[in-house]
Amino acid sequence: MEFLSYLVTGISLGSIYAIIALGYTMVYGIAKMLNFAHGDVIMVGGYVAFYATSFATGSLLGEDPSDGAVLLATLGSVLLAMLVCTALGVVIEGLAYKPLRSAPSLAVLITAIGVSYFLQNAAQLIFGAAPKNFTPVVSGQLTLFGGQLRISYIALLTVATCLVIMAALTTFINKSKLGKAMRACSEDKGAAQLMGINVNGTISMTFAIGSALAAIAGVLLCSYSPLLQPTTGSMPGIKAFTAAVFGGIGSVPGAFLGGLLLGIIESLAQAYISTQLSNTIMFAVLIVVLLVKPAGLLGKYVPEKV
Amino acid sequence: MAPILQVDNINVYYGSIHAIKGISFEVNEGEIVTLIGANGAGKSTTLNTIAGLLRSRTGSITFLGENLAKIPAHKIVSRGLALVPEGRRVFLQMTVQENLEMGAYTQGGSSAATDLGRVYELFPRLKERRRQVAGTLSGGEQQMLAMGRALMSRPKLLMLDEPSMGLAPILVEQIFEIIRNLHRAGSTILLVEQNAQAALSVADRAYVLETGKVVTTGSGQELLEDPAIKKAYLGG
Repeated sequence: MEFLSYLVTGISLGSIYAIIALGYTMVYGIAKMLNFAHGDVIMVGGYVAFYATSFATGSLLGEDPSDGAVLLATLGSVLLAMLVCTALGVVIEGLAYKPLRSAPSLAVLITAIGVSYFLQNAAQLIFGAAPKNFTPVVSGQLTLFGGQLRISYIALLTVATCLVIMAALTTFINKSKLGKAMRACSEDKGAAQLMGINVNGTISMTFAIGSALAAIAGVLLCSYSPLLQPTTGSMPGIKAFTAAVFGGIGSVPGAFLGGLLLGIIESLAQAYISTQLSNTIMFAVLIVVLLVKPAGLLGKYVPEKV
Repeated sequence: MAPILQVDNINVYYGSIHAIKGISFEVNEGEIVTLIGANGAGKSTTLNTIAGLLRSRTGSITFLGENLAKIPAHKIVSRGLALVPEGRRVFLQMTVQENLEMGAYTQGGSSAATDLGRVYELFPRLKERRRQVAGTLSGGEQQMLAMGRALMSRPKLLMLDEPSMGLAPILVEQIFEIIRNLHRAGSTILLVEQNAQAALSVADRAYVLETGKVVTTGSGQELLEDPAIKKAYLGG
């Protein structure tokens, strides 16, 4: 029973990693760059939701608001966080990465690290360095087997959100015209242009989607571990990047699988081996997987015909 | 009647390398025009410049009365200009049908359905393999897919860059048969080829390129019989 509860924790933590990893993997798939600022967009999403919720409970909702009003305020805050992060993602791409489209990939990588530090320091300037106490979007827990297994509602919500996002994104990429255009750009930007696809617009769109997902991940992450500070997004960002590589960077199902596995490994390692060593174990597993399968678990290798 | 495409004194550079040195030519409606020349003569560069993937520093490219110089590459296809690029460049991880849908990206949904039928009629092999991923096709099939994909945009001018490259002789023949059929059906085609013999035998007119300049021009037949051309490009 104990094992089951650690497993549930791992799956829900992994779901957050998976949602973040989607942002890394989609951007990598299309722009062929690692957006190391992605983790910090999560943090911004967390702050926006935090302030929006505080404003709603402080000024909009009166004393003892109804459940419906609270739910509405929460949804509104999440939506606002998504909007702000979407705009932020598009602006970052347009200002920092787009001018470097034909620059060496190392220049883009360094720029991404710069953007990451910029966001962290800007957040510290604007929101202060002191951690905020984030109120989880849902509270309470499900008690099963006569109290032997407790599953928090936030864990259930996280897993459900992740599944919905995965299903929606997979359908979007495989079936919609825009999704197919994204795949075309990811394979060959020149040929995509010859089809009449606006490559820059498609890249912007990818950043928009990834950043909106980062906002959702931010809210879930902060509901999970409620201390919100300017560096909140950094470690989950790196872990989610690891998850994306683990599953095969560029692959959407790979991000999902990598995220889940990483969450489970982390949770079980913390429970049964050592809390301090959990990250070490996680990255050791990554190294072994990459040694055996360099493209990641679901990374694809397509032979090219010349 | 004004030519459908008028290329006037274009100069294209790769960094400091002057690849195209003042090329001018034109294509009239219903013609097959071919640019022939050795490797590095600037044939593909010329087509990529017309398609907007590269830019000329001087001169103009006028297509159906409109100067293409300022139009971004992704907006050129909807003007009626389609390029089948060198090396085919089909989307290897997408299915045959998805590749064709990408060709119709700028078209409305209803016209795309009829065009799909037309392309499958022209290339029955593609219909058989429509659910297959393009990476599993043979080189010849990929060339057909690249041509079908370009036709999906209903081009008024179809540009083909080395369609015979890397194909077995029998496939080369098939591809040129398709080019002839398209021509008979009224398509206007600008063809770039290293296989000068095949290109000149289908072309109405031809331009010979050498190191970024047009050195000779004439009808396909004239050039086939020109002793200098024979010696340089047709193996004696």
